[in-house]
Amino acid sequence: MELKDIIKPENKVYSKSPVLTNKVMHYCPGCSHGTVHKLIAEVIEEMGIQEKTIGISPVGCSVFAYNYIDIDWQQAAHGRAPALATATKRLCPDKYVFTYQGDGDLASIGTAEIIHACNRGENIVVIFINNAIYGMTGGQMAPTTLMGMKTSTSPYGRTEELHGKPLKITELIAQLEGTCYVTRQSVQSAAASRKTKRAIRKAFENSALNKGTSFVEVVSACNSGWKLTPVKSNEWMVENMFPSYPIGDLKDR
Amino acid sequence: MAEFILMKGNEAIAISAIRNGCDGYFGYPITPQSEVMETLMVERPWETTGMVVLQAESETSSINMLYGGASCGKKVLTSSSSPGLSLMCEGLSYLAGAELPCVVVNVVRGGPGLGTIQPGQGDYFQACKGGGHGDYKMVVLAPNSAQEMYDFVDLGFDLAFKYLTPVMILADGVVGQMMEKVELRPVKPRWSDEEIKKNFKWATTGKTPDREQNVLTSLALDAAVHERLNHKLQSKYKQMETEDVRFESYMCEDADHIIVAYGCMARICENTVELARNEGIKLGLLRPITLYPFPTIEIQRMVPQLKSIMSVELSAGQMVEDVRLAVNGKIPVNFFGRLGGIVPSPHEVYEAFKKEINK
Repeated sequence: MELKDIIKPENKVYSKSPVLTNKVMHYCPGCSHGTVHKLIAEVIEEMGIQEKTIGISPVGCSVFAYNYIDIDWQQAAHGRAPALATATKRLCPDKYVFTYQGDGDLASIGTAEIIHACNRGENIVVIFINNAIYGMTGGQMAPTTLMGMKTSTSPYGRTEELHGKPLKITELIAQLEGTCYVTRQSVQSAAASRKTKRAIRKAFENSALNKGTSFVEVVSACNSGWKLTPVKSNEWMVENMFPSYPIGDLKDR
Repeated sequence: MAEFILMKGNEAIAISAIRNGCDGYFGYPITPQSEVMETLMVERPWETTGMVVLQAESETSSINMLYGGASCGKKVLTSSSSPGLSLMCEGLSYLAGAELPCVVVNVVRGGPGLGTIQPGQGDYFQACKGGGHGDYKMVVLAPNSAQEMYDFVDLGFDLAFKYLTPVMILADGVVGQMMEKVELRPVKPRWSDEEIKKNFKWATTGKTPDREQNVLTSLALDAAVHERLNHKLQSKYKQMETEDVRFESYMCEDADHIIVAYGCMARICENTVELARNEGIKLGLLRPITLYPFPTIEIQRMVPQLKSIMSVELSAGQMVEDVRLAVNGKIPVNFFGRLGGIVPSPHEVYEAFKKEINK
């Protein structure tokens, strides 16, 4: 049997979603962004909503999300994505509008915007990447950095006296009346990624049903920021991040 | 037959927005301009034209809501007063960088800081010289009546979409609060989705198979690309300076001296001109309507006939710097200003003027 006998449509088990562009991703090997991008693209493809979806990209490593997911994008100032999404959805109610934000963007500089967009129950989807660090600027402490965790701005480890405790923003978001679906997922394994994809799909479906804001946190790895190998990062994440940020639905109504 | 209504300058902004096809207003309460959103909420345009009106959680959010709405090719508006505009400067820089159209009203009060709720013109530098970071400019319109508050909403959107840039209506507490008769112009309907898709190919209307994705961003990490983007912005500003300078002259033809004043101070200085003329002094008034682009060429044209120019402002002297740049040392440029929300009378301005020319 030769290669040409194997490469046949009936033998195909996987292909890249056409909603993902062919550009080479700038993310570090082992980074979770690429996987989450892929899942979002697949959901958009499967729901057939490429022409109706508008993404809002943040400031941070995923500022360039627009290079990889082939839809219309708006690039927001740091933390302001939910404000852009609010106006976009209200002015274009037939569109699916989602923000893609990291922990610095969403849980630090953009807390006012995310809290109020969620409290108003904007019919948008929020994808929240929590890797407990500022990746793009070189590994500084984030609002979600764990106690004792070393970063370039907490070189001796995060302490309560100096920095306070990690902000459990997703728990806070779940308290808001305007949110209909708040979940925390991860992508360190195929099984976890499948669950995350289901969560993203549900969030987009909620958007069409005008049920309020759907919020999907993805506990993510930043192996460069954490200074670990990709494999070690995933292990470290399961061991250290999950106890503080337990996986599962916080709210579903 | 023309329809006139007695209303405040701030109310005129709101009514004009509804009647001129504005798609969305996003704002946060602040004195002395809260009547804009209050009027919109009373009028409930979402039930008639479909215009969206939303009270945002902050001015920071308002301006970023404008970024989202403008990205969709919609006519979006916000209004605020000085401290609120300081918060919006980040967003204005992003809007300018991403080349997005919108209209922003600043009903200026006294500053710095929380300042006072009385009228001021101390935000001239912030409006005309950037305010936010980077090399950008906005068209800055300075209304001096409730009618111009009404008219400049429509003019502002025309200019915003002509240049794909934020346009600021730089009013002041007097113009925002005073009541005058306003002529309601013919209604302009909101643009349909089809019109927006056809006319604004850059807008995030949803990526269809017949075109590339639209990405509205101000980011360009490649230095050469970024310099090109900056040159493109600068060429727009040059075009504004050629095509869209607006001003009004009052008794300037035979003038030996002129006052340069805008907004409420221009209204007051019209009376100062009359006081001077009654005493045989040939004083005129040049009222810049666009503060950026500034009527530099008109001032230069007048300089040979003039003995002096006085800039009159509710500030410590901001526009006077642009007057001096235009005059370039050829004749004396004087300044008179009041601060803290005090609005001088025509007589007070006249006394200050006489003191300067008799020095």
